[in-house]
Amino acid sequence: MLRFTVRRLLQAVPTLLVLSILVFAWLRLLPGGPATALLGDKATPEKIASLNAVLGLDRPIFVQYFKFLGRVLTGDFGASLISGDAVLSEIGRALPATIELSIAALVLAVGFGIPMGYLAAHYRGRFLDNATVLTTLVGVAVPVFFFGVLLKYVFAQKLGLLPPSGRQDVTIDATHITGFFTLDGLLTGELDATWDAIKHLILPAIALASIPFAVIVRITRASVLDVQQEDFVRTAESKGLTTATIRQRHVLRNALLPVSTTIGLQTGLLLAGAVLTEKVFNWNGLGSLLAQGIERRDYPRLQALLLLAAAVYVLVNLLVDISYAIIDPRVRVR
Amino acid sequence: MLPTRAVGLRRIALIGLAGALAVTTAACASERGSGGSASDTFIFGAAGAPKNFDPIFNDDGESFRPARQMFDTLVTYKPGTTELQGALATAWTPSDGNKTWTFTLRQGVKFHDGTPFNAAAVCFNFDRWYNMKGAAAQSQMIYYGDVFEGFAKNEGDISGEPVYKSCEAKDDHTAVLNLNKAKGAFPDAFGLTSLSMSSPDALKKWDADTVTQSGEAFSYPPYATDHPTGTGPYKFDSFDKANNTITLVRNEDYWGEKAKTAKLIFKIIPDENARKQELAAGTIDGYDFPSPADYNSLKDAGNQVLIRPAFNILYLGINQKNNPKLQDVRVRQAIEYAINKDQLVKNRLPQGAYAQDQFLPNNVPGYTNAVAKYSYNPDTAKQLLAQAGASDLTLNFYVPTEVTRPYMPNPVDIAAAITDDLKAVGIKVNVVQEPWNGGYKDSVQKAGKQDLHLLGWTGDYADAGNFIGTFFGRPKAEFGFDNPQIFNALSTADAQTTPDAKKAAYENASVLISQYVPAVPLSSSPPGIVVRSDVQGLIPTPLTDERFYTVTKGSKG
Repeated sequence: MLRFTVRRLLQAVPTLLVLSILVFAWLRLLPGGPATALLGDKATPEKIASLNAVLGLDRPIFVQYFKFLGRVLTGDFGASLISGDAVLSEIGRALPATIELSIAALVLAVGFGIPMGYLAAHYRGRFLDNATVLTTLVGVAVPVFFFGVLLKYVFAQKLGLLPPSGRQDVTIDATHITGFFTLDGLLTGELDATWDAIKHLILPAIALASIPFAVIVRITRASVLDVQQEDFVRTAESKGLTTATIRQRHVLRNALLPVSTTIGLQTGLLLAGAVLTEKVFNWNGLGSLLAQGIERRDYPRLQALLLLAAAVYVLVNLLVDISYAIIDPRVRVR
Repeated sequence: MLPTRAVGLRRIALIGLAGALAVTTAACASERGSGGSASDTFIFGAAGAPKNFDPIFNDDGESFRPARQMFDTLVTYKPGTTELQGALATAWTPSDGNKTWTFTLRQGVKFHDGTPFNAAAVCFNFDRWYNMKGAAAQSQMIYYGDVFEGFAKNEGDISGEPVYKSCEAKDDHTAVLNLNKAKGAFPDAFGLTSLSMSSPDALKKWDADTVTQSGEAFSYPPYATDHPTGTGPYKFDSFDKANNTITLVRNEDYWGEKAKTAKLIFKIIPDENARKQELAAGTIDGYDFPSPADYNSLKDAGNQVLIRPAFNILYLGINQKNNPKLQDVRVRQAIEYAINKDQLVKNRLPQGAYAQDQFLPNNVPGYTNAVAKYSYNPDTAKQLLAQAGASDLTLNFYVPTEVTRPYMPNPVDIAAAITDDLKAVGIKVNVVQEPWNGGYKDSVQKAGKQDLHLLGWTGDYADAGNFIGTFFGRPKAEFGFDNPQIFNALSTADAQTTPDAKKAAYENASVLISQYVPAVPLSSSPPGIVVRSDVQGLIPTPLTDERFYTVTKGSKG
């Protein structure tokens, strides 16, 4: 298992290197540049040229790349053009926000998705099944930003049940330790801060969960239906096992194999969903950093974020493979 | 046994989850109702984070907004107008042909760190700016570079002779500023937020001048990030980057009228729709530059949309370099005759906007009715084109996308209206769209690829030089012409030392420009600012430099 893990990790190195070249070249081939965004409306072409010179953006692209690579190898991703903060500290600050949101979304998607998928399969062709299929179709089809705006309109603006955006009420003087606002309040005993953070978390988590939830329901449903036809289920039935035992030990367990792959892939995709969700809900996480970075051509921030996203993908895929090995012992043997 | 228990556990878990969700929602409902914030806290939705808090290193509105609440300048602009009034200086007197400015300083003023504001502090600030070292730091001092034209040792793009010569503290309350040459921008430019007064002690303590390069960006010193120290009505408290909020607290020792709210919070919300929804939900009390398309719905929801007097210019640029036919003034006049500005203003620009016949808003000295007028007349346009042998004219029209500016809420719509007008007189128009941050400004201002383009300007202070001097004061790739008569008229106007002479000289320049038609002035538009119904005391100003210390929040209307 260890050798397998190490080999997979080593395979990621050339992937990331090639990706770094692509990201670097792509950013610099885009028209415009950070100087225009940095200097605002009053920037003259001379000032933009001068700033480019100061930043080293007027040098040949391969020189820029090797300087960048040299810094990255020493762990220095530079500072954000927008905030002036070190990119890594920006990411460090935004990461808990995105993780908190992603975990909440995943919990909702998995917590509701698997049971609903299972029930839909169980009641195949009946009302519950049809309703579930329809719901998931809507879940996949409706764009996240639209769904987000709709949720905000109904629950924040019209009903006033939940806050429309942000991570915490600005008037709450909360202490932040880990950056996970829901956890910080528990650690410091500021329970009102935790409660407020949870309230802020609900709508964006629902919005972000919509697509993975729909996908998980559908995969679970299809997978359960598949497995129910398998020989070993018939064997179990003929052995006289109770329905509950068959469902638990044989059907659900085997059906979860493709579901776990899906969950892994969806976790990777959550970052993409987070860009839109975070923008709509003014959630100060990686997605917001990325969106703002693209808008203002913040090269250092974009480079770091895109490489991070790639690294997350590699890591998630690795974890999926490991979870395979745990769920299905045959993988371990192979 | 085990599977049954598992099923049971699963059921309990599911019921628990559903229950938790229900309780959450119910509890949220019960907590709601207090809605919004306490009356001693004013929460303003900002569109972006400030670059930093040291005014000298900033040049954009989002950075200036918090700075203006914490810092004062020597002179300032009377709320709601562009007229000058005293701030940290109670009087400012020019002498020696405007090369010397004597400031009488307000007494009893203290910086937020308790140190006194006096003539030595004023000179410390001016000397600091002039002696700033390093290309990185100098490159960030956009306004200082523009106004003072250089440093003790130029390390950035500036190569001219600096305007600043020296500053002497004659006594505690008299600072004398000596310049190498007179400059028309003064005294108005002394009110620029960039030229705010900082505490010398704090500047030294927090290493204020050390701007360093980190990779391809800049890092700012602790003074600029965490310890801005001015004399303003609010003091810096914190910038919570995880929650994107800037908190300022009332300066109890403020020399003027004390701030009405104990706290002023800027909540950074980059998405405009999100700002609108936060306003509706009562979690912010106001935000800047609402889209004109939202004015009515915002008002219908009970908010106040405050319209500022217009202080900007939108123009249709003409670049004479690429198409020789544009070098014929009759063709440029024809373009201006062809555009139905009144219709454009009525259909595409916000309430309060007006059509322009010159490049100055009507509240800036130098604005004159004597300019040559080219009122909408498609027939005249066609005749002029025929006379100039340009009836088959084809023009490349560059239009910015992904941008909204106070002077052009929707450039693509505005460009479409202009294109229709030009086509109606027989001009073929090839529209080229480019994103604002994706190369548009490079294409039109640096490379001059266009024949026509849309651009504009918001004034910094009420000096005509800040408008027409910036546009037409020297040859530029954007316009591709060389007209010494106009350049000289503008530099002569800039050198005038009395307000009357300056006004007359800029009027003369405006007339010359109108006869030459280097571009087509289109409109001036008033940007709005929206606040909730219970907010009082906010005075919208044409310079968009509102101070929030006069703001109160009452019961909800």
